[in-house]
Amino acid sequence: MTPLLELRGVSKHFAGGILGRDRKLALDRFSFAIDPALPGITAVVGESGSGKTTLARLLLGLIEPTEGEVRYRGRPLPGLSGSQRREFRREVQAIFQDPYEVYNPFYRVDHVLATPVRKFRLAATRADRRRLVEEALRAVGLRPEEILGRYPHQLSGGQRQRIMVARALLLRPRVIVADEPVSMVDASLRATILGSLRQLHEELGISILYITHDLATAYQVADTIIVLYRAAVAEAGDVELVVKAPQHPYTQLLIASVPRVGTARDWGTEERNPEAPSPAQGCNFADRCPVAIPRCSAAPPPLYRTDPRRAAACFRLSEQPVLLGEDIGQVLGPRPGAEPPVAAVLSA
Amino acid sequence: MNAGDRILRVERLRVSYDHPLGPVRAVGEVSFALRPRERFGLAGESGSGKSTMALAILRMIKPPGRIDGGDVWLEDIPLSGLTDEAMRRLRLAGIAMVPQGSMNSLNPVARIREQIRDALADHGERLSRRAGELRARALLAQVGLPPEVADRYPHELSGGMKQRACIAIAICLRPKVIIADEPTSALDVVVQRQVMETLGRVQAELGAAVILIGHDMGLMAQFVDRLGIMYAGRLVEVAPIVDIITAPRHPYTRLLIESLPSLERKGELRGIPGLAPVLRELPPGCAFHPRCPMAQPRCGTERPAVREIGEDASVACHLA
Amino acid sequence: MLGYLRRNVSLAVGLALLGVLVVFMVVGALTVDTANAQPLSAPALQPPSWDYPFGTDRQGRDLLAVMVAGTPLTLRIGFVAGFIGVGAGAILAFTAAYYRGRVDTVIRSIADIGLTVPQLLVLIIIAVSLKGSLTVNQMAIVVASLAWLSPTRTIRSQVLTLRERGYVEIARLNGMSGPEIIFRELMPNLLPYLAATLVSSVSAAILASVGLEVLGLGPVEAPTLGMTLYWVNFNAAIINGWWWWWTAPLVVIVMVFLGLFFLTVGLDEIANPRLRRSA
Repeated sequence: MTPLLELRGVSKHFAGGILGRDRKLALDRFSFAIDPALPGITAVVGESGSGKTTLARLLLGLIEPTEGEVRYRGRPLPGLSGSQRREFRREVQAIFQDPYEVYNPFYRVDHVLATPVRKFRLAATRADRRRLVEEALRAVGLRPEEILGRYPHQLSGGQRQRIMVARALLLRPRVIVADEPVSMVDASLRATILGSLRQLHEELGISILYITHDLATAYQVADTIIVLYRAAVAEAGDVELVVKAPQHPYTQLLIASVPRVGTARDWGTEERNPEAPSPAQGCNFADRCPVAIPRCSAAPPPLYRTDPRRAAACFRLSEQPVLLGEDIGQVLGPRPGAEPPVAAVLSA
Repeated sequence: MNAGDRILRVERLRVSYDHPLGPVRAVGEVSFALRPRERFGLAGESGSGKSTMALAILRMIKPPGRIDGGDVWLEDIPLSGLTDEAMRRLRLAGIAMVPQGSMNSLNPVARIREQIRDALADHGERLSRRAGELRARALLAQVGLPPEVADRYPHELSGGMKQRACIAIAICLRPKVIIADEPTSALDVVVQRQVMETLGRVQAELGAAVILIGHDMGLMAQFVDRLGIMYAGRLVEVAPIVDIITAPRHPYTRLLIESLPSLERKGELRGIPGLAPVLRELPPGCAFHPRCPMAQPRCGTERPAVREIGEDASVACHLA
Repeated sequence: MLGYLRRNVSLAVGLALLGVLVVFMVVGALTVDTANAQPLSAPALQPPSWDYPFGTDRQGRDLLAVMVAGTPLTLRIGFVAGFIGVGAGAILAFTAAYYRGRVDTVIRSIADIGLTVPQLLVLIIIAVSLKGSLTVNQMAIVVASLAWLSPTRTIRSQVLTLRERGYVEIARLNGMSGPEIIFRELMPNLLPYLAATLVSSVSAAILASVGLEVLGLGPVEAPTLGMTLYWVNFNAAIINGWWWWWTAPLVVIVMVFLGLFFLTVGLDEIANPRLRRSA
């Protein structure tokens, strides 16, 4: 079936410097598809500069790819007609990181909820609109009487972010791209907000792309994971496999560096130069890699499929078959035997 | 409390700031003490008052904030008794701070070695150019940075390198206490590890005590010896880190630990219900009681006093 | 409101000065016969007296009537030109800043080039090339032709900063079109800034028009403030000691500019809350 949203060989370069000479590669040949019949929660994990935010903005149509295509229901985004575009906006929604910036300080917070209802004509009468908004607020654990009528600066960061989740919810989208939705929220509230996201997925069959630098929450929330390193996919697949038995040296380093509660306080050997720039050729990680071989500096490794549900881009795995078309969507499907959420089956 | 074996003592420190609707208590009656070479963590979320505490210890609270009461002792010197000039000299030389976002507060038009030299000159150490350079390189080596960094401008360095340069400036006068306020919040996990390991190593070499302020409990678990948990401006629990993790006494601490996502096993996503405290409108009694699963009627009327448990721990809860 | 005025002294002073002028104009219009602002209405060169509180000029104009008739004319030129300037400037600025790309480059370049040319010079050339003498409204259009340049630049830079805000992205995700985003999301946040720009634009327009009039390039038959000063100059009133002739327009002009200036400073404080002083 036609994927709802897909990227085909998408690369994104950003121009910079005088006369646009410096080109920075933000995302490199990325292919990925979201299948409406098989909704899941996929985490995209990487550091700053890994390309995860660029990925989010490409998926949302806020920026255009330099190479490759972003397609909605099979049609490239720039070619969508007005009504198709509106459908796209309705089915693909977002939650952003900063719960302060996303509010127009001139309006009360009602504006951020009433506008999509109005633009997408979700309610016929004013009373209906009010009811819809109140329902959405309650669904994320907020009390409408405490929220509506206030200005953004009168509410806390946690409340504001939950309103944003409510907003995404209102439209009953098929996909929510959540770009670091809880990194600016207090730790005690993070689990609550992530819990409601997971609930949205389970009850309404919404696919969620959870973009974060926090491996621990990614592990807890998602079924599948994509690990990005400097604009390329290092490893992708089932979250249990990737986190418990990482195959790419970068993933191994990442997991070893996450500070843990309850373990002996030993971080292992210190890495000497984590911020060195990428080498010009070959694998991006080669100059930091503890197990690099000469082949690693010659050309970038392809993604090897080491399991039906995982792939990693490392020459040490070269005995494994190469992932067809570098399409990580193939390893991100649901677990065999897993029940798709009921709602998804009914609405597919 | 025995003054002899404590390098820093904070006793009943109170900070408030003026708001059009009345004064707001940002830090209320906080007391704790550091041993030499101890790593002490101060954890809390928004509104907990932890950053305000750090500024108060250094007497850097500016209007509309003010220190209402309490005192801070560095060894046996009460800081409230010092003149402004004496306090200024104490900052960096006695107690050094690596403030939040300090990597973005480096002077963008000065090379690193000049910034180190400025810090030294401010405290009366005027070195010749040659001596200053040697000193700068030695400090940079201590934080694991190559000598070339001395000649660089901040924008030429990566985030982790800038933060380590800030640590180098903080230790240049061999302080007895280093306060690090969210030193790694803008850094990714791998660089964070490097910066924290640098901080730990430097602290051990100097024999200094460290106060690490943050909200990342995982980071605290890996780095500190003892942890203090702040909520709504008060220290609700202090204990050795292993005890806090395995047997937390205060319900807030317990819920915080439970809400931490683990990388070991998938589980329920559990947060702390309710809203973060609004300092202007704190409830009567215990500030945490509206969110506390074990709240009793007494918790809503009577604020729990801090109860010491041995030399290293304390808790402020009616039920602990 | 009054409490705020007490804190925002500039705003209070500005409003007060302009208020006095408004009262003067209104009361004057009701009590003074503006026909006397034309030549040969009164004996010439009378110093101030009960009959002629502001005196009369060499052509026999009653200077009180001139002030009552001329002040609104000068202000009208300023307001019309200022409004057109900011209005056109705002539209161009929002368009350039929101859409960026080639539109932005074109608009920005024209504004930049225009700003480097001495404005008074251009206005003189325009005024001189128009056949016959100008009416007051034509004067306003002449001044307006250049009044949009500076507002375009300043408003554009304000919009550029707002454009990157998260709520603009959310608005795009809501399916809002460009013009909708400009009007509903961006403009309301810029209202205080636009008001401040408007006031300074009016001020600049009045200055430009007075400048042109003093040079004799204005609407010769109208008793505007600038034209009065032209006649002062033409008749060497200062040397001849007819002090009442130039005092009146000067005082009014100073009041207008000071009033607008303080108003700008006061509005600036509203637009930029960081400048607010505590009570």
